[in-house]
Amino acid sequence: MKFSKINLDTIKDEGLRSVTGLERRAFLKIGFAVTGVFAGGKLLSLVSNVNEAFASSSDFLEQYPYRPHYSMVIRQGLCIDCEQCVTACKETNDVPDYGYRTRILRKRVTDAIGRQREFIPILCNHCNEAPCTRGCPTKATYKDPTTGIVMMDRKKCIGCKMCILACPYEARYFNEEVHAIDKCNFCWDTRLSKGKKLTACANACPTGTRMFGDVSDPENVIYKMVHQIEKQVWVLRPEAGTKPNVFYMKATRSSPWELRRQAEER
Amino acid sequence: MIQIHKDTAERWGYTGVGALFRSNKVLLGILGLLGLLVFYGLAVGLHGTFTGYRHVYGVTRQIPWGLLISAYIFCVVTSTGLCLVSSIGHVFGYEPYMPIAKRAVFLSITFMLGGFIIIFFDVENPFRMPIYNAFSPNLTSNMWWMGTLYTLYLIALGIEYFFLLDQNHAWSRIFGLFGVIFGVAAHSNLGAVFGMLHGREFWYGPYMPIYFIVSAMMSGGAAIILFTCISWRIDRHIMSRRMERSIKAVCQLTTMLIAIIMFFTIWKIISGVVAPEKYVAIKAFVLGRYALNFWGAEVLLGMVIPFILLIQSEGRDLRKMFIASSFMMIGIFFMRYDLVLAGQIVPVFHSLGVDEYSSLLEYTPSFHEISVVVAGLSFAGVFYLLGERMLNGHQFQKHEIVPPGAYVCPGCGGIHYKKEGESEEESLKRHHRVRKVDRDD
Ligand code: SF4
Ligand code: SF4
Repeated sequence: MKFSKINLDTIKDEGLRSVTGLERRAFLKIGFAVTGVFAGGKLLSLVSNVNEAFASSSDFLEQYPYRPHYSMVIRQGLCIDCEQCVTACKETNDVPDYGYRTRILRKRVTDAIGRQREFIPILCNHCNEAPCTRGCPTKATYKDPTTGIVMMDRKKCIGCKMCILACPYEARYFNEEVHAIDKCNFCWDTRLSKGKKLTACANACPTGTRMFGDVSDPENVIYKMVHQIEKQVWVLRPEAGTKPNVFYMKATRSSPWELRRQAEER
Repeated sequence: MIQIHKDTAERWGYTGVGALFRSNKVLLGILGLLGLLVFYGLAVGLHGTFTGYRHVYGVTRQIPWGLLISAYIFCVVTSTGLCLVSSIGHVFGYEPYMPIAKRAVFLSITFMLGGFIIIFFDVENPFRMPIYNAFSPNLTSNMWWMGTLYTLYLIALGIEYFFLLDQNHAWSRIFGLFGVIFGVAAHSNLGAVFGMLHGREFWYGPYMPIYFIVSAMMSGGAAIILFTCISWRIDRHIMSRRMERSIKAVCQLTTMLIAIIMFFTIWKIISGVVAPEKYVAIKAFVLGRYALNFWGAEVLLGMVIPFILLIQSEGRDLRKMFIASSFMMIGIFFMRYDLVLAGQIVPVFHSLGVDEYSSLLEYTPSFHEISVVVAGLSFAGVFYLLGERMLNGHQFQKHEIVPPGAYVCPGCGGIHYKKEGESEEESLKRHHRVRKVDRDD
């Protein structure tokens, strides 16, 4: 067990400086290069230290265990709660009306000046350390070795609901029609495996809140989004230690590529 | 009907189905009633299977584990406890615990079966379970280990019981040891099923497996006392002097275990108060919606009243012990229920501060869920009564484990050691300070 050395003189400023290089490196070595941490109540992204932590960029790429390493970035703040993503998901993936693979949570900040509502889309985070796949007794749910998508082998599911309990993001439900747990699989069977580039929700999103792509590919929009020094990228419930692949960031319609809505067919 | 040879039957204490009908009317009535309840519960359960549990159970996506899992845990906790407490005697050789072994192991199997009935109706595809547990095992899953180890445990118990019946103590002891090992492993794994959930702060940590084992022993003690008291009402002959001594020993152990669990509970609360997410759940139990469950059932019925009654009974007053142990069983049932719920009532996104999850989640058991639990517990009851009547009250007859050079005193039921060259009669006189036995005038 390594303890981080925190410089007591700089601890007040809560910026990147309060995290030692050693700590950053240890963090990055856990297997994933991008993740948000809470440091003293502030969010900081460790992405910008990638070059410092790894000698060459190829070392760094190996930190993404999958190829393509599918990820989603949710630009919280752009979401207008139109729920077109939820509808698209239901239609594409035969989601029954008692269930959902993704949903939009609503947050009201009453003491905020100006806009007081915020919408937070949630879905399966396709965790790198997925507690659901660890807990499943029969390997009915597993991490796909190429893409890192957390998938279901429906015939093996005994319906013990262990995975529902294990998931810190409430991403799973039991689907009675298929007699198995159902969950988001980034539209693998319905879209990606058929050559489409985007998930149904990312495709349907009119505001560009949901961005989808390959975080291991430097040309990809996802890569570009999370590897910016000036942007804070975070994940939900980092304390659960799941290393999610769904990232959250604040966005305004400023920089040109951020404006671009990812539309592949419309 | 399987024919059992007369010698075997005698050795086993098997008195046949006939013994059942020679029992008194009240007992037969209770047996019939429990039998009906089993059928009723199974019928309701099957109805649920065909309509779909989503429509008839109270569990939701947010609270996927409810009454059924709690009742299952209650059953297997009791089973493991029975096995552990009785093993002190017939596996580890501490004499006062020996007379309870046969009934305890029998009950241990009984509760395991009851638990399996309940879990059958909780798992959505139970028939896939044995297939994929065997062909697609996930060794990192506590759930897998729990299932597998409990199966092994049940097998070990079965064999152990067979040898107990057959009065083959060497083998029953070996399989008893296996039973203990698998039981502890399985049960701590059940604790770990909860304890290893990172995302659920209320359960997370090593506390769960430890708590499960200790509270299992407490439940086991309570079950032994309760069922011995009932058996005594059914047939007063079972209470030999040795049995009395045994029950006293179990009573003392149980009292101590209650004290330990009290201490566990207190620290759980104190430590929970300082952890933000746990605090919300603890508060709901200590002051909020579940306060009656916690203070009334868990604390008063499960611990405080039995603790006082058991001390007062001094291990002798069977009536007090009966009341104490029945209270305990009720309290322990709520303990399991509370434990299962407490980890789930705080929504996973509570800390996000969103509207949807700003308040605690709620769960109420449905009619179907309650019926299935009734079926499982009544099954255990039927099985117990049948065993009690048809196996001659599980009495060890002459086949106690008696150390060489010793014998079971017909007077006091204890084990006496003979001095060199002494006859049993002389030793008896010596032990009981009987100077003059025969007086023929
Ligand atoms: S979000 Fe939940 S379902 Fe998805 S991989 Fe993580 S633990 Fe599993
Ligand atoms: S419900 Fe199905 S997928 Fe989930 S842990 Fe159980 S067997 Fe695995």
